[in-house]
Amino acid sequence: MYKYNDFDEAFIRERTRQFRAQVERRISGALTEDEFRPLRLMNGLYLQLHAYMLRVAIPYGTLDSTKMNQLAFIADKFDKGYGHFTTRQNIQYNWPKLTDVPDMLDALADVEMHANQTSGNTIRNVTSDHFAGATPDEIEDPRPVAELLRQWSTDHPEFQFLGRKFKIAVGASEHDRAVLKSHDVAVQIVKNDAGEVGYKIFVGGGLGRTPIVGQVLYDFIPRQDLLPRVESILSVYNLLGRRDNKYKARIKITVLENGLDEFRELAEKEYARIRPTFHGADLELLEDIRQYFQQPDYLDASTNAFDVAYDADPVFRSWADTNLAPHKNPDYAIATISIKAHGQTPGDATSDQMRVMADIAKEFGHDELRISHEQNVILPHVHKSHLPAVFARLQQAGLATANVGLISDIIACPGMDYCALATARSIPVAQQIATRFDELKLEHEIGQLKIKISGCINACGHHHVGHIGILGLDRAGVENYQITLGGDGSETTTIGERAGPGFAYDEIVPAIERLIYAYLDLREDEEETFLQAYRRVGLSPFKAALYPEAKEKHAA
Amino acid sequence: MPRKFTPKVVTANALIEGDVIWLTANDQWTRCMDDAELIEDEAHAQLRLLVAEGQLDKVVGPYLADAVSGDAGPAPTHFREEFRTRGPSNYFHGKQAEAV
Ligand code: SF4
Repeated sequence: MYKYNDFDEAFIRERTRQFRAQVERRISGALTEDEFRPLRLMNGLYLQLHAYMLRVAIPYGTLDSTKMNQLAFIADKFDKGYGHFTTRQNIQYNWPKLTDVPDMLDALADVEMHANQTSGNTIRNVTSDHFAGATPDEIEDPRPVAELLRQWSTDHPEFQFLGRKFKIAVGASEHDRAVLKSHDVAVQIVKNDAGEVGYKIFVGGGLGRTPIVGQVLYDFIPRQDLLPRVESILSVYNLLGRRDNKYKARIKITVLENGLDEFRELAEKEYARIRPTFHGADLELLEDIRQYFQQPDYLDASTNAFDVAYDADPVFRSWADTNLAPHKNPDYAIATISIKAHGQTPGDATSDQMRVMADIAKEFGHDELRISHEQNVILPHVHKSHLPAVFARLQQAGLATANVGLISDIIACPGMDYCALATARSIPVAQQIATRFDELKLEHEIGQLKIKISGCINACGHHHVGHIGILGLDRAGVENYQITLGGDGSETTTIGERAGPGFAYDEIVPAIERLIYAYLDLREDEEETFLQAYRRVGLSPFKAALYPEAKEKHAA
Repeated sequence: MPRKFTPKVVTANALIEGDVIWLTANDQWTRCMDDAELIEDEAHAQLRLLVAEGQLDKVVGPYLADAVSGDAGPAPTHFREEFRTRGPSNYFHGKQAEAV
């Protein structure tokens, strides 16, 4: 894990000190809210529906036990004993008081964490594959590049007042676990035909009001060109991007309006101009950063204990089958801890649960934890022989739900239970769907299925790329839920298709149930997932299941 | 034809706590909507909003929200405003917990 140097430490402390003074000036009346708002947003502090909300960055989702324990401490001391992990690998505290926030930032700084650039029109927290450094299918660990981009973008003077927020993600596998094509810029670490490692760059992806799949700007750029290339993209966007209309201000619209070729040409000119100002310090820095992301000191031991437990205990077996993924070391596994027990709020963990996860990571997981954009927590390196013990500990803490990738592993944004921008609630819809399919005991039979729910068109819940997407809207003063089908957030990113008119709050769960029964009826066999079935048969049979009245009318 | 004015309350969030507050008839801020001033006249509503906007050292983001006269006092008409009187639906937190 990256360790702060003196510069990082001084920078973070200075920012916290400044913010403390800004809060004091706001309270004394020396700053108006209009003056204070951009300052608090630069420090991740929002004002939501019922309270302030502090969004803390977890760069590329990586934590260790010290950091996780501190997040638990902050939850207890300044909040209501829990935190909410978000789809951007951050954590949000829903109930801080304005006067406590400077202390919270100090407590974060004590463990090399911060809330900088988790809001506002800047380059946001850089996200990455939550299996980074552990998965066998990666070309290399993508996190050093993510950290390089984090350092480059932190307080970058040119990019503090962009037209709109800007999100960057980094991946290093063909199989995309980081929703790369839904980011403003995405960096995929690739190898060219000559076997050299470099970067494929996507630009202009994004969800929200106008969902667009990111396009390839460069198939391959060599290592040394990364920062000048990304900087030239940002510069062109900063100059060209629209500032007259919030909904047209993202880079996806800039690319759309000007065309990819024109954009590339402009970026090329800018690149030619700034390239000579990069003298290789960025590459040296990357090499330094890389030292912090070495492979763990692997344990060389028998994995027999895993096989014994797997054969003997069906509950463990079910969890292992669902929540484990292959590791680059065959004696190890990547374990996903579901923080989505049926009926619980997706992404929420209590301070006790955070401490349990921290302890497990320290004892059995080479002291590493990850937060996934799917709002779960990952133990990236667990020796297989330790998995039965890990599972037992998780069980005691209510963290052993075997549902990763299944229908109750739902992404849900905070929606109108917290978010000031929301048009409807999303959390209770997720809770009810999970509870319902748990009652029906159908979850495992249904198999791989991603439901994603957003409480407004901003799409923080990624509904467009859910196999089933649910968007909560306000229709004439009542909550209404629109369903999209066939979305996909992986390397084959697809924007889901709208199924038809929306459903009322008390109709949405039955509608999802009809949809699932239709899928179970029409799938070719158990192997055919919902998404595959949808791609084979298209919208109409699902539409018929969703709107049986329409069918009857037709027949009449 | 101008639309008929619907009754309003002035509401905002408290500067320090961030929680939901309403303006009362005697220029105080209350944490309970029952005690808010129900404003029946458009010109008066604008005036009350100005009063609220003059108190930006105590409150954040004051605005006029639709309301009706209820049993105990002004009551919300839109579900968003109703949630604001109560708190989130996934935990017993916020106003619903404080009222106990
Ligand atoms: S999608 Fe909308 S409701 Fe949900 S968190 Fe984002 S802005 Fe808030």
